[in-house]
Amino acid sequence: MDKVQNNKAWFLVLPVLVLVAFSAVIPLMTVVNYSVQDTFGNNVFFWEGLGWFEQVLTDSRAHSALGRQLAFSGIILAIQIPLGIAIAVCMPKKGFWASVCLVLMALPLLIPWNVVGTIWQIMGRGDIGLVGYSLSAIGIDWNYARDPLHAWITVVVMDVWHWTSLVALLAYAGLQSIPQAYYQAAKIDQASRWSVFRYIELPKMQGVLLIAILLRFMDSFMIYTEPFVVTGGGPGSATSFLSIDLVKMALGQFDLGPAAAFSLMYFLVILLVSWVFYTIMTNLDKAEGR
Amino acid sequence: MVQITLDNLAHSYLPNPQSEDDFALKQLDHVWKDGEAYALLGASGCGKSTLLNIISGLLVPSRGRILFGDRDVTHQDTVARNIAQVFQFPVVYDTMSVGDNLAFPLRNRGMAPAAIAAQVQKIAAMIGMEDQLGRKARGLTADAKQKISLGRGMVREDVNAILFDEPLTVIDPHMKWELRTQLKALHNEFGHTMIYVTHDQTEALTFADKVVVMHDGRVVQLGTPEDLFDTPEHTFVGYFIGSPGMNLIDADVAGDTAHCGGHAIDLGGHYRAPQGRVQIGIRPEFVTLTTGDHGLPVTIKRIEDVGRHQILRAEFAGKPVNAILPEGFAMPAGANRLHFAPDRINVYADDWRVAPLQAVATPERKAV
Ligand SMILES: Nc1ncnc2c1ncn2[C@@H]1O[C@H](COP(=O)(O)OP(=O)(O)OP(=O)(O)O)[C@@H](O)[C@H]1O
Ligand SMILES: [Mg+2]
Repeated sequence: MDKVQNNKAWFLVLPVLVLVAFSAVIPLMTVVNYSVQDTFGNNVFFWEGLGWFEQVLTDSRAHSALGRQLAFSGIILAIQIPLGIAIAVCMPKKGFWASVCLVLMALPLLIPWNVVGTIWQIMGRGDIGLVGYSLSAIGIDWNYARDPLHAWITVVVMDVWHWTSLVALLAYAGLQSIPQAYYQAAKIDQASRWSVFRYIELPKMQGVLLIAILLRFMDSFMIYTEPFVVTGGGPGSATSFLSIDLVKMALGQFDLGPAAAFSLMYFLVILLVSWVFYTIMTNLDKAEGR
Repeated sequence: MVQITLDNLAHSYLPNPQSEDDFALKQLDHVWKDGEAYALLGASGCGKSTLLNIISGLLVPSRGRILFGDRDVTHQDTVARNIAQVFQFPVVYDTMSVGDNLAFPLRNRGMAPAAIAAQVQKIAAMIGMEDQLGRKARGLTADAKQKISLGRGMVREDVNAILFDEPLTVIDPHMKWELRTQLKALHNEFGHTMIYVTHDQTEALTFADKVVVMHDGRVVQLGTPEDLFDTPEHTFVGYFIGSPGMNLIDADVAGDTAHCGGHAIDLGGHYRAPQGRVQIGIRPEFVTLTTGDHGLPVTIKRIEDVGRHQILRAEFAGKPVNAILPEGFAMPAGANRLHFAPDRINVYADDWRVAPLQAVATPERKAV
């Protein structure tokens, strides 16, 4: 049978193209445009080439923001992943209490970012905040607005509070999918609790844990609202993570060129990390023969 | 190695069982003799896996006791009972190598590394995976996984019993035969009590000295393969063992005659009129096709040639009746009657066999 060629059907894709163009491509290209030009105002632009990129790459301020960002992501991953797994392992497998736990776990995830920030901003205050007041009461001079260490602790604890549930829920889902026969076999083989975790639970959770790490990495790498509300990036620039720094640069100082170059590199880093994770995950699936 | 006694055992998966139907195991009193190889046969869902899990200590029964020798182990865990079990669903530890999988139960019991290595080699040879010991278990084929699972069940020599829950389902027939031979060899060498669950009666009959048949949460018969064939204690055994299974025909039994829809059939024994639903059972092997006016008139449906013999499929009063005819048997013209060997007929009342008061004098048949 002869196939009728009708390329007019392509027009049906047009609405989607327009939508994507306006929502993603055009804004991105605007940023690309800014990143290679300079302006002295009045909408007069001239070609700058890769100048901004070089400037950002050699800029010590960007370097330290990146350093802080990596440290932050590293710390929260190092806390949230093991903690989330531990919570998932300890949660009841079924029954009434399992549902109660699930609901409690889901609560922090439902609170908007700026509200989380506000909650912790108040909690940490020495005069009226529960945590801050308690700490002051036991003799610790708690002040996250003055002490960089206190600021870091507050921001990290806040993120752990907000997002560990996500890791725990993912890990819990992974645990629930393990057939009962594995646990039975382990009992017959007289395996210790640790062996059960090490040789059954952890390998079976591998897939969901990779997703959890990826999600938490990307999200923490782009974190903006909560630290902005709590510390505003301070004291000094102690908690100015990449996006906070970027906004300071782009809006505070109106350095559109460097900010655009910065954004693009930021975007590329996240793209790169996601790609690495994607590759690892697909390879794992292949190894399992799925 | 011990004798395992199940005393007044019952199990329900529900927290508050109400009726008999809520019980997966209804009522079990049974002794597994030390060192014997049993096959456990039964239809799907009759409670075989449940029973194994109770014996190994994975499940605590709702009622009754389990004794190892004289020791009550009902509430002891798997470690205290030290039983090996191979599961229906093959379990391998993905991240370990094949060798580590086999060594795992031994390591957990703190065996010396040199002894472990030797034992792993031996088991690997039995399951034919010596050349794959270093390979990761992840990504192995289903039959390789089942072999590893089986190997882990056989690796410990000091166990009280080994339970196999349909261990060879995905293994090809030749390898299956080989592995069964290995299991028998292992049994002869160490004399473990073995319980081997299967759906497959040939597998059961070739593996075991004694066959236990379960039906609907109960053990309905324990016996040698011959017992199961000659005198099924329950209609389920008659129907489940044998291919095709035993013919069962509703009858009125009095004295040494059964009446099936107005036709008299001679029995090999004398019965006091049994109560309830009365049936006579006869294996197709002992049914012959005759002409004339002797025997049960039937409607012949078809004849199937299955190689060594032929199966005659017929109907009496709308119910199937089968007979096994010798190979190359030529059907006499007008043959439409079935004759039953009297001494091979069993009588059932409400599905349970009724023993005759005394056998009618037929010398070649032992009285039961
Ligand atoms: N974990 C469980 N929870 C509730 N009911 C169960 C559970 N396991 C088994 N059952 C029920 O108990 C009965 C006996 O199951 P069991 O698994 O012992 O049967 P089986 O003889 O091993 O069957 P199969 O040959 O299919 O493996 C079945 O009706 C089954 O639905
Ligand atoms: Mg089963």
